[in-house]
Amino acid sequence: MLRLAWLFVAAWVVPALAAPPDDPLRSPAWPYMAERYFAGQTVRFDAAVRVLMPGAAEDPLAVPVYVDAGALADVREILVFADLNPITTILRYEPGELARPSIGFRFKVQQATPLRAAARTGDGVWHLGGAWLNAGGGGCTTPSQASGSGLWKDRFGEIDARLWPRADGLRRLRLQLIHPMDTGLAGGIPAFYLETLALQDSDGRTLARLQTFEPVAENPLLSFDLRGRGAVSIRGRDTQANRFAGTVAP
Amino acid sequence: MRRLPFSSALLALLAVGAAHAQYDYRLAPQALGDGAYVFVGALEHFTRANGGNIVNTGYIDTPAGAVVIDSGPSRLYGEQQRALIERRSGRPVARVYITHAHPDHFFGDQAYAGVPVYALPATREAIAANGDALADNLYRLVGDAMRGTHAVAPGLPAGAGRIEVGGRALQLIALAGHTDADLAVFDERSATLYAGDLVFHRRTPTTPNADLARWLAALDRLETIPYKTLVPGHGPVLNGPAAIRETRDYLRWLDAMLREAAARGVDLPELAELPVPERFGDFAVLRAELSRSAAHLYPALETQALRRLAPDGRE
Repeated sequence: MLRLAWLFVAAWVVPALAAPPDDPLRSPAWPYMAERYFAGQTVRFDAAVRVLMPGAAEDPLAVPVYVDAGALADVREILVFADLNPITTILRYEPGELARPSIGFRFKVQQATPLRAAARTGDGVWHLGGAWLNAGGGGCTTPSQASGSGLWKDRFGEIDARLWPRADGLRRLRLQLIHPMDTGLAGGIPAFYLETLALQDSDGRTLARLQTFEPVAENPLLSFDLRGRGAVSIRGRDTQANRFAGTVAP
Repeated sequence: MRRLPFSSALLALLAVGAAHAQYDYRLAPQALGDGAYVFVGALEHFTRANGGNIVNTGYIDTPAGAVVIDSGPSRLYGEQQRALIERRSGRPVARVYITHAHPDHFFGDQAYAGVPVYALPATREAIAANGDALADNLYRLVGDAMRGTHAVAPGLPAGAGRIEVGGRALQLIALAGHTDADLAVFDERSATLYAGDLVFHRRTPTTPNADLARWLAALDRLETIPYKTLVPGHGPVLNGPAAIRETRDYLRWLDAMLREAAARGVDLPELAELPVPERFGDFAVLRAELSRSAAHLYPALETQALRRLAPDGRE
């Protein structure tokens, strides 16, 4: 009976068409992830997409990750997800031609899980990097600190940021937005999170666009590597249509 | 021969199995001379194989019974430590001092029912407040060796200064920096300094509750103690000041490295790729502890490096 049940689950999960490649991380959820994110598309596990992350979550509410697909040419989009998180999608990043395909962020983890970064190149191929994260967990179902204190309302929407020139001609932008990023999974607290962020240079050219989802850590702290000229303007919007804006001088 | 009913036989077998399954720490005290002893733990992280025994504990024998310094990572460790000490000294343990509120140092307290257990006030508070969460984490990492362990906060406040136990003079030195409260114990007769986790040796220092400036000041204070033998919280026992200097050197480097990286806009995971000086290369668990220290200490530094943006027309 149990065996039959497994067969049924397998038949339901595995896509009917081309089978996805074997998962080097051997995640139990890989067939399901492949179906959800890459159905009908070409996926390749590729060491050119680097995921820098500690092996264990010291703080399940803010696991630091830096994704670097700079070894690939013509990256159009980077999708980051965690197979075993209750909400799997963490962010979608479109670096554009004036940004390096790399991004730093923190996320909330619920239990040990693979963390994946998938870079889509101009030919439509998804290049997949990733690593296992060991975690005691609870990060997604813990109320935000903001939800337990009234102080955040005074600072809600504030942006701290700085732009650093780098030796390779790129500029490192780091920014932090004060936002609770509630997942909706903690009892009695509805989902409330930053949804989009767009970066422009002083000539009005779009440098990068970012979509963020519930698992991004409270008070999102992000790192970008940008080209472009002059000041960088930041425009964001959350799930309740609050708009955030600021400009970082070089 | 009377036959046991099948279920009783099975229960008996299970009981025998359970007794055999009990984790044995194989504790063996190392004599430091003049009645001072140390139990040296593994230079590793918590694992199922080491049962959480990654720590140095110790005792000082007196005619009134032994003074124990730290009770180890689990109830079983404490029980085995106490039985061994009392068998060797021939007397009940006189008292226990807990150096600080980290789980590898105090979870053996349960084994010392009826014995006065002392710690600095902030250590007692931290164990009372966080002990259960620390136990949960240690169960996850260590597993069965933790069986039956729960947090017991030390019952008595340790004061600073000179005390006598069984005619033996001990100095209690109240410091802080590795945690909010760190107790060091100096045994005058053997000139042995039990430094707790203020001093590490050939093992990377840990920082989950550290204040580096206070820690460095504490090391300066320890250097003035006229000790011959130093028992670090982790790592081999040694004579002389090398371990204090080594700990200070590492903490200063760590602090400067993190501040410099924050000022350059380095993101936290990128720290793992920065070079580490060769002189720390043989520290046990170096990269893993550096990664943890970055997680503890870097967030405050990196957000300090940012600047508040003027709200340019919040739409």
